[in-house]
Amino acid sequence: MTVYLLKRLAIALATLVLASIVVFAVLEILPGDPARLMLGMNASADQVELLRNQMGLNAPLLLRYLHWAGGLASLDFGRSYTYSVPVIDLVRERLAVSLPLALIALALSTLIAIPVGLYSASRRGRVGDTVAMGAAQLGVAVPNFWFALMLIYVFAVWLRLVPAGGFPGWGPGAWPALKSLLLPAVALALPQAAILARVTRSALIEVLNEDYIRTARAKGLPYRAVLWRHALRNAMIPVLTILGLQFAFLLAGTIIIENVFYLPGLGRLVFQAITQRDLIVVESVVMLLVAAVIAVNLLVDLSYAVVDPRLRSRP
Amino acid sequence: MTLRADIPDETFTGILAKAFRNTAFVTGFVITLLILAMAILSYVWTPYDVTRLVIADKTQGPSLAHWFGTDHFGRDILAMIMVGARNSIAVALVAVGIGMGVGVPLGAFAAARGGLVDEALMRVNDLVFAFPALLSAIMITAIFGPGAVNAIIAIGIFNIPVFARVARAGALAIWPREFILAARAAGKSSTQISVEHVLPNIATLLLVQGTIQFALGILAEAGLSYLGLGAQPPMPSWGRMLFDAQTRMVVAPWMAIFPGMAIVVTVLGLNLLGDGIADILDPKSRRQR
Repeated sequence: MTVYLLKRLAIALATLVLASIVVFAVLEILPGDPARLMLGMNASADQVELLRNQMGLNAPLLLRYLHWAGGLASLDFGRSYTYSVPVIDLVRERLAVSLPLALIALALSTLIAIPVGLYSASRRGRVGDTVAMGAAQLGVAVPNFWFALMLIYVFAVWLRLVPAGGFPGWGPGAWPALKSLLLPAVALALPQAAILARVTRSALIEVLNEDYIRTARAKGLPYRAVLWRHALRNAMIPVLTILGLQFAFLLAGTIIIENVFYLPGLGRLVFQAITQRDLIVVESVVMLLVAAVIAVNLLVDLSYAVVDPRLRSRP
Repeated sequence: MTLRADIPDETFTGILAKAFRNTAFVTGFVITLLILAMAILSYVWTPYDVTRLVIADKTQGPSLAHWFGTDHFGRDILAMIMVGARNSIAVALVAVGIGMGVGVPLGAFAAARGGLVDEALMRVNDLVFAFPALLSAIMITAIFGPGAVNAIIAIGIFNIPVFARVARAGALAIWPREFILAARAAGKSSTQISVEHVLPNIATLLLVQGTIQFALGILAEAGLSYLGLGAQPPMPSWGRMLFDAQTRMVVAPWMAIFPGMAIVVTVLGLNLLGDGIADILDPKSRRQR
């Protein structure tokens, strides 16, 4: 078990370091001089050169990488070229939108998918199952940003229940903020829920065919108890795997969804930073997202051991 | 001769009969065929010219003259969806080609070699998986400039590890089989064995994964062109049409409804097709996402 944990941890760290090298290298080849961009077209070559020196852009490549990576590790991301504030402040501000959004979406998707998967698996082949899986098949095919547009049309334009976009901030209280995150979260969650429901169903069906399920039923346990206590627990591994993978999809999905709803979140920040060539912001946010994905996958790996005691006894 | 271990003695007509009884396959097949036909038809005929702007006809609702209505330049939405289908299909299909062309040999090679080579290739795979695909696609198109070709490259790159993983997993299941041992005894090299015996036996898996990635590619292309990073105007694309529709939702909701439905129907058709193929050729196989 300890060896397994240490190995997973080492792999995660190595992936993180490699990812940072890739991000750094990719952004090195980005066309456009950030110093020139900051000063504008009228600046003289001398001024640009001076600023390049100040920003450390003329230092050797390896030195710059080490400086940047060291900064990342201590959460000192540097300053944004376009906003002229420390990147960490920007990130903190934007995270207050994106993190609740992703968490609400993840919770919604799980709360929809697991019961639907359970329902479908327990009524396999019957009308309820066919309808639920048909809906899931449709849900997988719906692009989340189109679904978002349709939600805006129905709930914001037509019924006027929620705002069509924008974010009031957490200052005026939690309710207005949550209200403006509701539609984006639903738009993000639905396609994910469709995938998760399908996986839950097929994992459950496989488990329900096992001998120990028959034994549990034979000893007189009610079907419901068998389903929740024995079947669902054993079907958790594929479900957790997909949940972990979906986290990456969710993060990427926020980029588009935040653009649809004009939410000032991380996704919109990174998209704008890319178009404005604000390299430091791009590097930092991308690394943050990659680190989040790696961390979640590590967590999923570790949770296997919690769900499946057999893994714990493995060397 | 190629040994095919996984398909029991079933005749071609037997498989065909099974296919026609499979609802998912038939539905998916018909939808996919219709979408392809629509894209091909658009080369010779569209109800209106998509490059001609008729401002007098702008944002008209669905009617007999314009089945799906017109956009803010008076262009016919149906004609734009037809022409847009070309772009979606081309981008997604070539991206699948890139993924298969690079990923399958890598995966098969990793499975054949095993050991350090395998471990290293799989770690690189993990690395690519750590980058949210859409985020990286946005970065790639932003670096090299927006456009259909760069969208293909951006989506294609993220198909590579998917196919590598599927090919490797499939190949690993084939390698311990007896007929592989026989081929080895006959003196064949591992490359020969991979090509002649392993690949034909994992072709089904790859075909199913191919349709899934095709569907995901259509979704990804729509996302990129929605953000303005895919095909550039005047070339119509489904994602771009949705972007144009967003600010005009109140006056012209049809501008958003129909292109979105085109995406949903296409992706649904491909997913059903993939499910159907998996069901028919290998009832035990499960979709991997």
